[in-house]
Amino acid sequence: MVNSVVCVKQVPDVAELRIDPMTHNVIREGVPSILNPDDRIGIEEAVRIKEKHGGRITVLSMGPPQAKAALFECLTMGADNAILLSDRAFAAADTLATAYTLARAIKKYRNDFDLIICGRRAIDAETGQTGIQIAEQLDIPHVAYVKNVELFPEQRKVVVKREVEDHIETIEAPLPILLGVMEGLNKPRLATLREIIRSKNKEIKVVNVVELGGDLNLYGLKGSPTWVAKVYPPPPKAGGIIKSGGTRETVTELVKILVEKKLIN
Amino acid sequence: MDAEGKFDAIVVGAGPAGTTAALTMARGGMKVALLERGEYPGAKNVFGGVLYRWPLEEIIPKFWETAPLERQIVDHRFMVMSKDSGLLLSFKVDGRGKAPYNGYTAIRAKFDKWYASKAEEAGVTLATSAVVDDIIMKDGKVVGVRAGPGIENELYADLVIAADGVNSGLAVRAGLREPPSPDQVALGVKEVVELPAEAIEARFNLRKGEGTRMETMGCTHGKMGGGFVYTNANSLSVGVVILLSHLMELKMKPYELLDEFKAHPSIEPFIEGGKAKEYSAHLIPEAGYKGVPRLYRDGMMIAGDAAYLCSYPEGTNLAMASGMLAGKAALHAKKNNDFSAKTLSVYHEMMNESYVIKEMKRKDSSHTAMLNNPRIFGLYPDLINEILADVLHVNGETKTAKHKRAKSKFRDKVGLLRALRDAYSTRGMAP
Repeated sequence: MVNSVVCVKQVPDVAELRIDPMTHNVIREGVPSILNPDDRIGIEEAVRIKEKHGGRITVLSMGPPQAKAALFECLTMGADNAILLSDRAFAAADTLATAYTLARAIKKYRNDFDLIICGRRAIDAETGQTGIQIAEQLDIPHVAYVKNVELFPEQRKVVVKREVEDHIETIEAPLPILLGVMEGLNKPRLATLREIIRSKNKEIKVVNVVELGGDLNLYGLKGSPTWVAKVYPPPPKAGGIIKSGGTRETVTELVKILVEKKLIN
Repeated sequence: MDAEGKFDAIVVGAGPAGTTAALTMARGGMKVALLERGEYPGAKNVFGGVLYRWPLEEIIPKFWETAPLERQIVDHRFMVMSKDSGLLLSFKVDGRGKAPYNGYTAIRAKFDKWYASKAEEAGVTLATSAVVDDIIMKDGKVVGVRAGPGIENELYADLVIAADGVNSGLAVRAGLREPPSPDQVALGVKEVVELPAEAIEARFNLRKGEGTRMETMGCTHGKMGGGFVYTNANSLSVGVVILLSHLMELKMKPYELLDEFKAHPSIEPFIEGGKAKEYSAHLIPEAGYKGVPRLYRDGMMIAGDAAYLCSYPEGTNLAMASGMLAGKAALHAKKNNDFSAKTLSVYHEMMNESYVIKEMKRKDSSHTAMLNNPRIFGLYPDLINEILADVLHVNGETKTAKHKRAKSKFRDKVGLLRALRDAYSTRGMAP
């Protein structure tokens, strides 16, 4: 039996995101919301582990009431129940405050976990910090950038492959643990008809700040030491140089330019 | 759903037909699954027209008090257009009345969601993002549906109702009909143009909350079809509908037709300054009474667009009526615990006696003419506009001379006998 908690986030579909040219703010209005892709991989991995070893999967999210849609999707993929932490007091949280909120909920509702799975990062802010901070707050080990997971529940350990710059690390670690998973780990499944129907009877518990308790100064904006100086779109790429002519001349010219720019000697 | 994945009935498609059927059966005590391929009911919908009170009122009394509706229709307009002029008829009714009104504009992405929630309240199990692609047969009888590989994607039931829209893969799979031919469907292209409510009311001469529906003919290059403008709360639905086979002959892109329509001097002032919010296209059944297939077989019935039960500009209400009768037939079958074709044939019999089929039958007389007579959508609208332009133009020439010219134009281009014959052959077009 392996009990897991999967942390997910409902994010705007970045493919549809626009930036207001005047204010440089991200225009959220009218942008459809989706389940964060890396988190979907997390759910899939948890379901595969459950299918192999048994156990229970709880999905956890912090967000506005409409994030229920993303949680329901997780249930249709095979998660057992879901908890949505939703309160104005949680709003405008940075990764630290978010991690505090999620960690507190895990302790309060699923302290029997063996495994916490988070997506590597959310596609909206791309910080990739929340998962790691949850592990720190819960004082458990964590491995990020995980591309392969092998569980040994009897030995209470996990062997994971983690991708770093130019090599792959194989790490053996004890349970309980938090894993940050990324693309390439698995191919998330499509929900089946029966699981969609069964999911109608699964619980999505909505928890507010009163119920969660804890230190009010550590939630939301108050608990967020990060401040955003400015949001701006990256400058558009300047047009490249295109040389035409025979191979010999163009290559000679190319080498000349590269030497001039001190890119080669 | 029991452990074997079985319900009493499965309805595929949470549009007006499917939701009505599911609601009717659930109220009669049946365990019903309503499967919708979209993310939510209405997500795949393109409709931008009028929802009539009948028969929805029979299903949800006083629906207008809670349903998401746009405007009550008090103004019915009909325009006969030529390239650059238009003769407009407006019939205004209910103007000072109180709710309930006879019809309302609705945005189906909102309405269908609300309507399906009523079915859920009645006990229907609604599943969204559920893409059913096949029926399951056993011993010549329909016993379930399939949404992908494996047993987990199979659902079983005594009865399957396919309300999966005009392309109805399920009705085709069940051998009840063929995929639509280009002669049996029209393509509707529609734009939603955003405008402030006050601007809409001023432009259409409406009181607050009132709405106009406008149908036009003469904007499809002589082909079977027409244009429409419907007023929503804060937007207009503007579009053109044309028989698919005629569109193919025309060799025009659908959006080109819509652009022409929007630029027409009789239409442009309505939408001027508005912001195009969305653009969509959909097939509309145009198969007529003769195109209506058999509506049942062992373990299965079909309703709404899936059964071509649509008669432009009515469709949503006809779909609801068919869904309601399918639901009643299902309850009858449940009572007898017999879902054979013989028992389910009561559905088709009830349909034959209903407004839906009777109305389609009445209109069918004009169907052939509309399909084959290019005068109706081209010559007549042009001629009417040409004659009016000439007669109303004051330039010193006597009206007597103009009337005489009008008469000879009419005689040369049509002739009394032919006009009478055309009028008779299209009598089904009468509102």
